[in-house]
Amino acid sequence: MTASTYEAVIGLEVHAELLTRSKMFCGCPVVDSTQAEPNTAVCEICTGMPGTLPVINQRAVEYALRVALALRCQVAETSVFARKNYFYPDLPKGYQISQYELPLAQQGWLSIDVGSGEQRVRVRRVHLEEDTGKLFHREGYSLVDYNRSGVPLLEIVSEPDMHSVEEVKAYATALRSLLRYLEVNSGDMEKGVIRFEANVSVRPSGSETLGTRTEIKNLNSFRALVRSIAFEIERQSRLLDAGKTVVQETLGWDEVRGVTLSQRSKEEAHDYRYFPEPDLPPLHVSAEWAERVRAELPELPDARRARFRERYRLTPYVASILTAERAIADFYEDALAAAPQVSPEKTANWISGELFALLNQAALDIDACRVTPRALGELVSMVESGEISAASGKAVLAEIFQAGGRPQDVVRARGLAQLNDPQEIERLVERVLQENPQQVQQYLDGKETVSQWLFGQVMRAARGRANPRVIREVLERALRSMEENPPTA
Amino acid sequence: MADLTDLTLLEAAQALRRGEISSRELTEACLTRMQALEPQVHAFLATTPELALQQAQAADRRLKAWRQDRSQPLPLTWGIPIAVKDVLCLQGVPTTCGSRILEGFRPPYTATSVQRVIDAGAVILGKTNTDEFAMGSSTENSAYGPTHNPWDLERVPGGSSGGSAAAVAARMCFAALGTDTGGSVRQPASFCGVTGLKTSYGRVSRYGLIAYGSSLDTVGALARSAADLVPLFEAMAGHDPLDSTSMPDPVPQVSLEDADLKGLRIGVPREYFIEGIASEVEEAVRRAVQVFADLGAQVQEISLSHTDLALPVYYLIAPAEASANLARYDGVRFGPREPAQDLWEGYFATRGARFGPEVKRRIMLGSYALSAGYYDAYYGQAQKVRTLIKGDFEAAFQEVDLIACPVAPTTAFRIGEHGDDPLSMYLEDVFTLPANLAGVPGIAFPVGFDSRGLPIGMQLNAPHLGEPALLQAAHSYQQATDWHKEHPPL
Repeated sequence: MTASTYEAVIGLEVHAELLTRSKMFCGCPVVDSTQAEPNTAVCEICTGMPGTLPVINQRAVEYALRVALALRCQVAETSVFARKNYFYPDLPKGYQISQYELPLAQQGWLSIDVGSGEQRVRVRRVHLEEDTGKLFHREGYSLVDYNRSGVPLLEIVSEPDMHSVEEVKAYATALRSLLRYLEVNSGDMEKGVIRFEANVSVRPSGSETLGTRTEIKNLNSFRALVRSIAFEIERQSRLLDAGKTVVQETLGWDEVRGVTLSQRSKEEAHDYRYFPEPDLPPLHVSAEWAERVRAELPELPDARRARFRERYRLTPYVASILTAERAIADFYEDALAAAPQVSPEKTANWISGELFALLNQAALDIDACRVTPRALGELVSMVESGEISAASGKAVLAEIFQAGGRPQDVVRARGLAQLNDPQEIERLVERVLQENPQQVQQYLDGKETVSQWLFGQVMRAARGRANPRVIREVLERALRSMEENPPTA
Repeated sequence: MADLTDLTLLEAAQALRRGEISSRELTEACLTRMQALEPQVHAFLATTPELALQQAQAADRRLKAWRQDRSQPLPLTWGIPIAVKDVLCLQGVPTTCGSRILEGFRPPYTATSVQRVIDAGAVILGKTNTDEFAMGSSTENSAYGPTHNPWDLERVPGGSSGGSAAAVAARMCFAALGTDTGGSVRQPASFCGVTGLKTSYGRVSRYGLIAYGSSLDTVGALARSAADLVPLFEAMAGHDPLDSTSMPDPVPQVSLEDADLKGLRIGVPREYFIEGIASEVEEAVRRAVQVFADLGAQVQEISLSHTDLALPVYYLIAPAEASANLARYDGVRFGPREPAQDLWEGYFATRGARFGPEVKRRIMLGSYALSAGYYDAYYGQAQKVRTLIKGDFEAAFQEVDLIACPVAPTTAFRIGEHGDDPLSMYLEDVFTLPANLAGVPGIAFPVGFDSRGLPIGMQLNAPHLGEPALLQAAHSYQQATDWHKEHPPL
């Protein structure tokens, strides 16, 4: 058998830091742990000093509720924090305060689309916990930074509903997009604010029984997520092909070598000795509170995508790239407002084409873009009305992308206003035809492609500013009249 | 005046107000007595004479100002020297929990309960000895040596707040803060002939109390009478935003003038008079119950039918919580670290060398009770039975206002008497554990002496947040009797 005769079964655990101002159980600020001086955002509580006690950050609960409700989960009226016990120097209390038997929310779903229509990935549970510190290994010793210790962390656990790396990527991307829409996470993967763990198993296609699964830990990028799962599917398929069995174990991902590595077997698995956290009373979320959070949810990515497709007549592809980020979708709709007479599709194309190309080139986010939505809208309007040519439009966009400003000012300063006057264009056409009698004769002899060359000469004479549609009309008319009344040789 | 340390807290407070004595004089008298008696008693793990004298001077300034302008009320604890059990953090002062694993640890913060008594003007003399991490009933489990009972130096003061109880009994201080997880305020109070209040769970903030069994730990106080405990209770009690399990309920003023036993219904649980209880203890407690009856209380027998299960339940829940609470002592961030080649060796070496045997026993017991495959049978089951025990108290308090019972089956035993038999030691707590499991308050106070001249205590329990009723009832008893006025022959 080959890999293609197996079906992969994949579930994802996503850990997302919550962008609250203070930590989960103390008043310390949440700082960018990749930037801040180590151990500057710490106190006796988040370093686990004796006698200290946790206090739940209500804002973190509210952020978690946003996510849970956006994932259509059932929110528990009473959920319980629990201690997850294990020793490690980045875990100052020797236990992590998490949720176990009674999580904040359960049974939701997220819709994804990998080109074969919308499908649902079920979400098993969403729960709150605290992040750990960070270790820095040096020669012969290690250092601990507790800045991240106690940062609110949301764990979102999917059902094993995914069957390909494409689906995994779509789910992870959709979830990241959702977290950013809800303004609870920056989505900065390189800062480690979203981390993944994947459960992977394979089974013969058509089989209903689940194969033995492995768990890949500490995946901190989409790339590592996708590559490690692809590797693991291949590895497990080959094992089964060879008549061997998959061992249930926890794996790490070696990014450099591109392989998964065994960390510990089932027998060595931690016994976390979970028990209810006695320092925290059960967490009560009243129906009113949940309802208030629900009412304040923004329009979510999939709803916005559907609306963009219907209302603006966008293709599924363009709708999905314009709604992947709330900031982009907002930019688009603000640009539309500045160009009400232009077709929404045109504006969409300018953003997804020209603007995205510039952003990619400059490695910038839309938030850092100097082109305002209004400027883009005005630019598209000027092109559509023929005030400037499409080529000029691109040049103007590139310029305001660099320097900011309004397109009208650039057009005026650069003299880019498009030549639309048919009489003036007629004069240009006449001149080009007179200056190039040979080419005209070739055309009259039946070599029709020469008309393209003549078009280019007219545009050149107009220094690129002439309306191409008008040139084409005038040129065609002139050539036709010459065919009817050939010039005397 | 003979010796200032012979005064009760309230007498000293009145003398301070009248300007007859100063806080500095009181503090110096205590420090002098500590110096004389500590070599025999060993009630303290750390003394803070400089801090105490500083606080005393500040208190004297305030007292002087108050005498000129009495418009602002002044707590009765103002200028009163007290001691603090060494499981409660005091900023900058060594706090060890009687353990070598916290040797030299100086917390950068102060426990809420301690801060509140300091804010109420109390003068802190030092940190008192305790069984390591409050695990024990004799103070013998302290890594720094046992405390000796002032009534008989060959005997234990009880525990784990044995240092606090001995310090109060030996009149080295006017009162002391203690903690009670399974009887650790009440049993040493009983052994040392002083009055000890175990507050309701959630009544006093646990912030800065170094945790043993988090769902059972309470902060209490020991003094020479119920009346002396009132100002301490009023200072410490009340909601603390730093402790999510502290109750938001307002703390009522405890009025001792209103104390009246007439018509008060007192229940005596039949399950508490079991085989193994010393006959002298039983007789003294029954006589005390009769005193309550003579003062107008209606005494009736009641049943707390799951009492015999309290001990096993406690020794599953408390060690389970302790096994997690004590995981932070890894030598990484605070406290000493034993030399080692790598991380895991460091954990083993530090914890192996610096935890005492009783602490290790409870960590192992608790880890086992929580482990996969055993959780339901042990920890899970214990939680269910705890609910039944709580239910016993709730049902009983439908019928009676207070419950009266012994504190411990015996009087103070000899140092080393329980030796290597932890189970016989655990039985010391059999009458005090249920209140912790139920979260209800209790008060222990002296009601007589055995034939060896050792104090015998009795206990009253009240419904959750019923401390005022406890203090009033014990006060009424102490108005009618003189047991609490006896001093050890030191």
